[in-house]
Amino acid sequence: MTSAISVDGLVRRFDGVTAVDQVNLEVERGEIYGFLGPNGAGKSTTVRILCTLLTPTEGRAVVAGYDVAAEPGAVRLRIGVALQEAALDPKQTGVELLRLQGRLYGLSRAEINRRLGELAGLVDIGAALSRPIGTYSGGMRRRLDLAAALVHGPQVLFLDEPTTGLDPVSRARMWQEVRRLNREQGMTIFLTTQYLEEADELADRVGIIDGGRLVAEGSPEQLKRSIGNDVIVAQVDGHTQAGQAAVRTVPGVRGVEVHGSELWVTTGDGAAAVGPVAAALSRVAPVRNLTLRTTTLDDVFLELTGNHIRAADPESDQRDLGVAS
Amino acid sequence: MTAISYPTETVQRPSRVEARPAHPLRDVVSIAGRSLRAVPRELETVIPPIFIAVFFFVINIGTLQRLTESHIQGFDITAFMLPTAILLGVTGVSRAGSLVLDIQNGYFDRLLLTPVRRLAILVGLMLADVAIACALMVPILGLALGLGVRIESGPVGAVAFLLLGCAWSLAFAGFGYAIALKTGNPAAVNSSFLLFFPFLFMTSSYVPRAQLTGWLGDVAGWNPVTYVLEGLRSLVTQGWQLAALGKALLAVAVVAVVSMSLCLAALRGRTRRG
Repeated sequence: MTSAISVDGLVRRFDGVTAVDQVNLEVERGEIYGFLGPNGAGKSTTVRILCTLLTPTEGRAVVAGYDVAAEPGAVRLRIGVALQEAALDPKQTGVELLRLQGRLYGLSRAEINRRLGELAGLVDIGAALSRPIGTYSGGMRRRLDLAAALVHGPQVLFLDEPTTGLDPVSRARMWQEVRRLNREQGMTIFLTTQYLEEADELADRVGIIDGGRLVAEGSPEQLKRSIGNDVIVAQVDGHTQAGQAAVRTVPGVRGVEVHGSELWVTTGDGAAAVGPVAAALSRVAPVRNLTLRTTTLDDVFLELTGNHIRAADPESDQRDLGVAS
Repeated sequence: MTAISYPTETVQRPSRVEARPAHPLRDVVSIAGRSLRAVPRELETVIPPIFIAVFFFVINIGTLQRLTESHIQGFDITAFMLPTAILLGVTGVSRAGSLVLDIQNGYFDRLLLTPVRRLAILVGLMLADVAIACALMVPILGLALGLGVRIESGPVGAVAFLLLGCAWSLAFAGFGYAIALKTGNPAAVNSSFLLFFPFLFMTSSYVPRAQLTGWLGDVAGWNPVTYVLEGLRSLVTQGWQLAALGKALLAVAVVAVVSMSLCLAALRGRTRRG
């Protein structure tokens, strides 16, 4: 099977500063690939190379079967791109913008009309399409930007931080639309993000980039498993020694540490172990609170780079199980 | 707590379309069409030039008519001032301001992501400029005719008059595009208007060149606008004067070569991917 995107030894320097450093990656057709990293990691530079706005300093990138440096025109015909900032003209209406996009991609009037009908439903903009873009909300602008990227039916869609700056409702809608495009049209999607949940929710595979280098790659589950354990935190005031002894015998528990009045129980599968751990503790000590902390992509990122990456929402992956005595 | 609902209707399965490079002419017309559609929404870009042109046309006639027509035998100040008003109206009229906004808000990148030819973006904008310049000149010309000016070269001469004005407008617009593409800065584009002053005032805008004295007469001799004005005036007051028209076209060509060279170099720089 031919890859939709193939990158080999990609390097991009700006005035001696290396923004992308020896990146290698393969994205299969029909895959959603999440490119995760903090601001300045090299995500957008990589995307700008892959969508022909920049040439690589070294290395080679092939998108939809064509070399981005040698055949940029052929690549442009086969890709759709929604850049980090919704690149729209506020004075045009949504319809005017989409029609112009269609004309520049060589579509006939009939084809443009047909695609407009389809896209209006796909990105759920509806009647607002006839309004000037300057009147759109941030979410609508992002969806119109997405529609503009889809007018010509691209094989590969690049989304550069598609939900940055959006409120949670708009973000959820954008995720819904990305999933729908992939599921219903089999479109390959290369998605850059600095949000953990976004990569976790959408991507079949994730590449983590830091300082211009790809430091890890795999499915979200593989990446989480690769760095270790879930942690069950039990608050057992004054009964830590008895609790520690009781929990050690629970199948699946890999270790127990005492931190003040808390027991930190490490396990490979927190969801499966939390019940038996709670039962074992309740026999020897009153449990005031029990919390399951599953491994997140942030843990992966921290392990690989020594830095945290931001979450999309204040709500973290830590779940309070509400067990109290 | 507010429930979030998503569209649940069955979305029409997308039809198969195949992107292909459009014909170059279609690229140009598409870009020009977008620019022209924007004009009614940005009247602030066309009203001031026409207001300034008409204002000075009327004021200058009122100020100078008695003085000039009583001292120079057969002199028609209204006909003389018409080319000055035209150049006041159309010099510096361009879509360079909107281009720089496109660069700033990322829409220019969106255009570069399409298969559109890079040159077609520029040519499309300039095609729109020509249409706008022509539209601005018609009411000024109409006002002059209403004030009794007679075009000695006839209706065809009037068309030639408009075309020469458009050609000058286009040649000068190249400077604005060069600055827009080079800097991506609206303030820099707006300041390009300053170029206009030496061009339009160190010349025979208000009195015939023979009346200019000293250094100003010498400068006017080197100023291409002098020859454009004299070419336009010849069509209005003398009929078909091929020598004057030839010099006017040569002056426009010289300015166009300089401005378009700068403009194309700036376009290459802006669209360079390396």
